[in-house]
Order: sequence, then structure tokens, then C-alpha cells
Amino acid sequence: MLTVEKLEKQFVSHVLNGKEILGFSPVSFSVPQATALGLSGPSGTGKSSVLKCIYRTYVASAGTIRYHSGAGDWVDLTLLPENELLRLRRAEMGYVAQFLSVLPRVSAVDTVAEPLLADGVPREEARDRARRLLARLGIERSLHDAYPATFSGGEKQRVNLARAVIRPPRLLLLDEPTASLDPGSLQVVLDLLLELKAAGTTLVAIFHDRSIMDRLMDAVYRMPEKGGETGQLATRTSSHET
Amino acid sequence: MTLPPPIVQVRGLTRRFGTGCPACPELTGPAAETNQCPRCRSVTACREVSFELHSGEVLGIVGESGSGKSTVVRLLHFDLAPTAGEYRLNLNGAAAAGLPWLEPGQNLFELGPHQRRQLRNRLMGIVYQNPLLGLRLKVTAGGNIAERLLMAGWRRVERMRERAADLLARTEVPVERMDELPRHFSGGMQQRVQIAKALSTDPAVLLLDEVTTGLDVSVQARVLDLIRSLQRELQIATIVVSHDLGVIRMLTTRTLVMRYGGIVEQGLSDQILEDPQHPYTQLLVNSTL
Repeated sequence: MLTVEKLEKQFVSHVLNGKEILGFSPVSFSVPQATALGLSGPSGTGKSSVLKCIYRTYVASAGTIRYHSGAGDWVDLTLLPENELLRLRRAEMGYVAQFLSVLPRVSAVDTVAEPLLADGVPREEARDRARRLLARLGIERSLHDAYPATFSGGEKQRVNLARAVIRPPRLLLLDEPTASLDPGSLQVVLDLLLELKAAGTTLVAIFHDRSIMDRLMDAVYRMPEKGGETGQLATRTSSHET
Repeated sequence: MTLPPPIVQVRGLTRRFGTGCPACPELTGPAAETNQCPRCRSVTACREVSFELHSGEVLGIVGESGSGKSTVVRLLHFDLAPTAGEYRLNLNGAAAAGLPWLEPGQNLFELGPHQRRQLRNRLMGIVYQNPLLGLRLKVTAGGNIAERLLMAGWRRVERMRERAADLLARTEVPVERMDELPRHFSGGMQQRVQIAKALSTDPAVLLLDEVTTGLDVSVQARVLDLIRSLQRELQIATIVVSHDLGVIRMLTTRTLVMRYGGIVEQGLSDQILEDPQHPYTQLLVNSTL
């Protein structure tokens, strides 16, 4: 449902007199629906930048990102008019950034409930579902009405994840969402992601944790070296599940 | 996948101050790095500005002072007349109902002054940086709102008072201060009365011109939080003009970047902030403290 072809990113820094900085070398991969693709490679090879190009936080320099939308048509996310892209983001895409960017002065429960409210779910029901998801992710009840800005790194990550999945997206982009989690929380997050996948969500994700990569991913794309040849897509066998 | 037509369509919006000369278009603008024509000394405050605003959308216009961003908003509010340009509204049935003379696809800049005023009173709300422009400081807070309701055709006093009290409560102005003069209010509270006044007629389009500039940081935060919660609740198509990227980040989903009267870049707000393309936008993003 997502096919990335010869995607490239260069940054041109006019502040540094037009200096060109390579984001990543050409990237091509394809992800079938309801499967998970992991991006792997040393830091600095542009894994996060690939996710940002898919979400259009970054403007792609070349290549195409074809996405099979919920409406049933194929669209190129690099060319889609902004308002249609925004509609897709709202209706069917989730993105969990590596660094938390929660809105200031909004409580954890309201942060998580917001996508439901935008969908027209009544306020009390939305908050109730947000509390249950936060509790499942191991966020103490006493924190639900506090501002996530004051939370620990691991707690912030779980709030961000909860917000992205409270309304299961068709496409979920994850950028190291478990980097600061303890083993217990890690297992909860993994179970949640496996459930989403089983229910039809397609995932493109970066995890530095090998055990998550092994247990969640159906395929792994190894990023090309900078300026190097193309990356490699390897499909996993399902033997690890037994 | 077809989206409904945009609620606001602006094409080629241009405003020049001064007589102008044939050289103006070439000698002013982002490429010429000035908005004043060196030949005739006329200032082109904004030029060839085109954009669309969709229903429920919050569009940001960012740029330094003198970039023409406020001029755009004032042209859209008919505070100023344009030198050139087209301005169209696509209204749903309810909003169009009170304006039977309004033809679909009509360029609003071609309307007469009376019709423009009617349109502004019924369909637009504006909040200025300077409360003196949006409020009459010698009229009570409630009176300011009632005045606007009167202009939009409301007639019954007690209903107007109810509406004013309701709006002041929603914008966190103590209702018991409804009969006081806004000149006795703090800056943040004056802005909230302005917001209440702008929202009183359920506008189809809301224009916010540097609403938090000049306020203390904590007051700024409260006003921004208020705008955000009203936005979520009311879903009014809104244009937010600001030089402050924090305001843009917090309130908008799409942003135009203006410099020397022209749009130099436009995109999703997170893209403008994280992957700015134009040299000026990069400078702006790199200048945040």
C-alpha cells in the first residue's frame, strides 16, 4: 500500500552560502498492507528523514512516494495538494516523532483524546478512551491530568504513541518510539503494535531495539550508505514467531 | 478524492501606496529585495498574492514587519482597497442566506461600499494587534459586542446582552465586568474582548492580525490557548498573521511566508519550520531564540 521509488533528499542551506547536505541516497522499497517494514542502518544514513518525507514534513528532492489511500486511489504523497495531504494525515496517517513535540499546557488525557474529538466522538467518551489507553501504556492515573511537558522521556514517548494510535491509522510511521522505555513498557508497546498490525495498520518504523525489529517486522530495509549504492530490502521469515 | 471548494479564494492581490510607474513590478518585490520603487518611490505593500483558505482551516502568514502580511488581512477585511486582485467567497447556504444579492463567484472587490460593509459585518471577524483598532474604549465591553451585533442586523436588546455575556464567558472575561470600559482592562483582557466581539456574529472567516504581539509571555500563552480551544470547537476558517514562528507552530496547519510584499514560500506549517526552502525562511527559522 506504500511504494517508495528512488526517493532522494538533499538539503540546501542558504544560511551556509548554499551548502548542500545529503539527507539520504536514493531509497526504494514497497510495503504491503497490514505489514511492518523496519528501516535500519547506522545513524546519519537518513532513516528519520525518509519518514519525514513520507509525512511531508520534509520536501522530497526526487523520486515518488505512492500511497494507496483509504478512498481506494493511488496518490503520490510528494505531489499531493497540501489540503488533501492534511486530510490524509488527519484521517489515516499517524507519525510518532523521535522527540516529543506535545502542545504546551494541554493535559496528557486531552493530548491523547484530541484526534477522537476531531472525529466527533463525544468529549467524555473520548477522554475515557484516552485514559484507558494511557493506563494500558503504564502511565499512572495521577499523571493523566498533568502536562506532558513535565514528564520523563519514556512517559512523553508513550503519550505521543497513544495520541497517534488512539484512532488506529491506516499508515503508522514510528521513529524510535521506544528509545527511552524500560523492558516492561517495551513489551506493552510491542503488543499494542502487533494488535494494530493484525487489525490492518501498515507500519514503517525505526527501532534501535533488535528484539522489537525481530518480533514486529515483516521486512527490513537497509539504508544505502551516503553517496553509496542502493539499499537492500530483506523479507523476514516468520520462524521467529514460533 | 475531491475536497469541497475553498471558502476563500484570493488571486493576484496587489496594493500599492503612491502613484506607481511601469517599472514598479520589476523594481519591487522579493527578487528586487525592496518594496519601494527606486524610480517613483511608490511602495508596493503586497503584490500578486494568491492563496486559498479551506473550510475549518487555519492558515498562517508569517514575515517580518513591512513584509505586507497585515496589508493582506486588511484588504480582505475591506479596511483598504486593493490596486488589483480578485477575492471570492464560497459560502454554504446558511451563511449566504442573509445576503441574497451575493452572486456565486462574485469578485468581492467589485461590490459597492454598502454591500462590502454588510458582508464584513455578517461574515467576517477581525482581531487587531492594537485593541484601539478593534474596540471602542469608551464603550463598555458588552456595548462593543452589542454594537457589532446591531450592525449585523440584531435588534432585541436582551438577546444581544445574553449573547455578549455568553461570549465574554467563553473568552474568559469576567461577565461582571461586562458593563465596564475596556480602557480599564489589561492588554490581555482587551484582546479577549476583541476576540469575543469578532466571534459574536459567527463569522465564516476569522482574521487574526498579530493578536499576541506586545503581550507578556504568560498572557500570550493564555490568549493562544483560548484561540486554539475556540478554533477546535468552532472550526472557523482562520487566517493568522504573525511574525512569531511559535504562534504559527501552535495555531496553523499551512503557512505562507511573505517578504517585500510577495509570497516567497508556502507549505505545511511543520514543513516550513523543519525543512524551509527559501533563503529568507531559513533565516527566519534559524533566528528563533
